[in-house]
Amino acid sequence: MKKFIILAVMLVSFVTAFAQQSQTVEMADTFRSSGKIYVVIAVIVIIFIGLAIYLFSIDRRLKKIEKEK
Amino acid sequence: MKFIYQTWWKVIAVVLVLSTLITGLLFSVPSLPVLHETIRNLYFHVPMWMGMLSVFVISVFFSIMYLRTGKEEYDLASIECVNTGLVFFTLGLITGMIWAKFTWGEFWSGDPKQNSAAIAYLLYCAYVVLRNSIDEEQKRAKISAIYNIFAFPIMLVLIFILPRMTDSLHPGSGGNPAFGKYDLDNGMKIAFYPAMLGWSFIAIWIATLRYRIRLIENKRNNPN
Repeated sequence: MKKFIILAVMLVSFVTAFAQQSQTVEMADTFRSSGKIYVVIAVIVIIFIGLAIYLFSIDRRLKKIEKEK
Repeated sequence: MKFIYQTWWKVIAVVLVLSTLITGLLFSVPSLPVLHETIRNLYFHVPMWMGMLSVFVISVFFSIMYLRTGKEEYDLASIECVNTGLVFFTLGLITGMIWAKFTWGEFWSGDPKQNSAAIAYLLYCAYVVLRNSIDEEQKRAKISAIYNIFAFPIMLVLIFILPRMTDSLHPGSGGNPAFGKYDLDNGMKIAFYPAMLGWSFIAIWIATLRYRIRLIENKRNNPN
């Protein structure tokens, strides 16, 4: 009986060791499933839209100056 | 050159980049050890180099056009393309360093890709310095056009060929697979290709803005 228990314990410990070895690659899945990734996307998109509008405004100002010539 | 005054392609470029900001963060990517989520940097780090490359190609084109025709505008277009390319070059280097810190362990590990990118960076900085050191306009234009035509292939060899012939940590080098292997089966292309195209056109747009400013400055400096 004792041998059986020891064997069982060893087997279980092996399983845990093995499980640790084959751990899945950590990805930001909780961040995505909780929906908070949208916050990041919103921030990045707003920054980029701001920069794009800035570029367009420079373009417009240049057009005005070019017309004056 | 009416193209540079039109708006439609600028709008397309902005829409393309906007789409990749969303798809690049939302779409599924392969789970790979070491890389983890940083694989998404592919959508933001690589397009910087693409943007740099497109304006450098245009710059070489205008350098050749200058040597053929001797028109001053071509020279101005060429230098402004290089100036814009250097901005994207810097962004590519910095984003690459940050990515390297979290995957290779160091900001700068003396990797062949990093080292030769740094040499190519100095090569183009030397172009700007050389240009600014010559006072006479025609001489300046001619010498810098020739320098630019030679610098471009050397830059290509340094960044894209030499690191691939040796062992490098960078994907696509020394038997190290490039990301092309991964995006084929995972729909990463949907986010990646628009990013490449969009950022290239953003780079070209900024270059055209700089060129138009340069034209006005040039007219003011030599009124005739």
